[in-house]
Amino acid sequence: MKLDSMYQDVILDHYKNPHGRGLRDGDAEVHHVNPTCGDEITLRVRYEGDRIADVSYEGQGCSISQASASVLNELLVGKELAEARRIQETFLELMQSKGQLTPDDAMEDVLEDAVAFAGVSKYPARVKCALLSWMAWKDATAQALDDSAAKERTP
Amino acid sequence: MTHLPGLLDTEAIRKDFPILDRMVHDGKRVVYLDNAATSQKPRQVLDALSGYYERHNANVHRGVHVLAEEATALYEGARDKVAHFVNAPSRDEVIFTKNASESLNLVANMLGWADEPYRVDSDTEVVITEMEHHSNIVPWQLLAQRTGAKLKWFGLTDDGRLDLSNVEEVITEKTKVVSFTLVSNIMGTVNPVEEIVRRAQEVGALVVVDASQAAPHMVLDVQALQADFVAFTGHKMCGPTGIGVLWGRQELLEDLPPFLGGGEMIETVSMHSSTYAPAPHKFEAGTPPVAQAVGLGAAVDYLSAIGMDRIAAHEHALTSYAVERLREVPDLRIIGPTTAEDRGAAISFVLGDIHPHDVGQVLDEQGIAVRVGHHCARPVCLRYGIPATTRASFYLYSTPAEVDALVDGLEYVRNFFG
Repeated sequence: MKLDSMYQDVILDHYKNPHGRGLRDGDAEVHHVNPTCGDEITLRVRYEGDRIADVSYEGQGCSISQASASVLNELLVGKELAEARRIQETFLELMQSKGQLTPDDAMEDVLEDAVAFAGVSKYPARVKCALLSWMAWKDATAQALDDSAAKERTP
Repeated sequence: MTHLPGLLDTEAIRKDFPILDRMVHDGKRVVYLDNAATSQKPRQVLDALSGYYERHNANVHRGVHVLAEEATALYEGARDKVAHFVNAPSRDEVIFTKNASESLNLVANMLGWADEPYRVDSDTEVVITEMEHHSNIVPWQLLAQRTGAKLKWFGLTDDGRLDLSNVEEVITEKTKVVSFTLVSNIMGTVNPVEEIVRRAQEVGALVVVDASQAAPHMVLDVQALQADFVAFTGHKMCGPTGIGVLWGRQELLEDLPPFLGGGEMIETVSMHSSTYAPAPHKFEAGTPPVAQAVGLGAAVDYLSAIGMDRIAAHEHALTSYAVERLREVPDLRIIGPTTAEDRGAAISFVLGDIHPHDVGQVLDEQGIAVRVGHHCARPVCLRYGIPATTRASFYLYSTPAEVDALVDGLEYVRNFFG
């Protein structure tokens, strides 16, 4: 059935048992909402140099948005920034594929559990749910790096 | 088949609505329970739209040719029909807008630019309620921010009614305008108009009624309401999108200033200044939505032929049945009145801790169309501590079988996420 392509077991597992949920110390905090449906996330990032030391979050929303945040945590924590950006861009590409893209082995290697969201890309109304935490992470990272760049510039 | 007293002959009515035969998701007939968002359109309205464009299309109020005269007669004829539909004392009190949001923004802006005694300024107060659609919150927030007026509101009781226990503290001598919804779009609550109007009249405040969820479903009599302005939209009452209505009392429409300027709303124009056409044209700048008004006229004819009192009775019977059946669903909590008394045909609920988005998605797979989210009434969700709701809403073509399909669908949702 088509629904199962969206609600993969991996997604429902992450929804029921989220990884890294809860707010911890961070270099920057953002709050993003999905105004059409009311999904919300507060997300913090903490960097040690170029390495992502932590991504912590708190939010409410549908299974897709919450599972996506859990997958993000699992995937990005401990990664170097450049690698994390590659993962984020690959995930974005998959989510914008309108169900036309079948993840190949290379993509699966990059996205791991996140390939389970391939089915969500067939549902235009739900793509934003899946991307919510990833956009929040991107925004928080930009702020954290801006702040650290500003600190370096300050004599 | 469930037979309930008061139901309309939906078998006949549904033949007028081609879309209700639409198959979705591999051969499931669509169960359309999103009528509070927009209604479906009967063949009679679709024919009026295409007939207008095929035979009469021209710009209104200006040409001397036959098409322009016909288009004008059809457009103004629609105004007559709407005036009759809401029992307006005069056809000149019916202003066509693009939707209810524009109607409410129009009132807020008339008052924002008005002279005394209507002027809203920093010594005055504007009163709304916590159950308003965003379209009856944000225009008043904007007005309050721009004028310095204080925005106040009635809160809600735990069972989804307006809390009017402090009516004399909320509506005071400083109150210039009280704007509230007749029927809540999220909870279905029908509000006690008389009590609010009585207090508003005591202090000389204007009363604005958002009738978007009332005009499609019940007899709407602007004189009986004793309001000063009544706003509603066409697309929720079998009409096309792009057409709304603001009814206003004639003397107010004469006194209050225009908001949008342009063609059609003027008497004379020089490079220094202009004088304005009388209402309603004073408030209808630019080429109006002519075909859409004609479509709304056809919708009004359609609804009137069936009878608004009979439509209300049908929906009341169906809502009673739906409330009863939904209360059988484990873990289901209705947000709003839990009986059919003083409530319309929109029912919001939450289902355990399953997010409404997920509920709506799994229902959709079964061909059942509901609305999920905060329904442009986020303060209501905040009030009841929920992120969103699932809302089923009925109309004159809805059937008990569709209620049953919803209840079965919810059982499937529970198992899916169980």
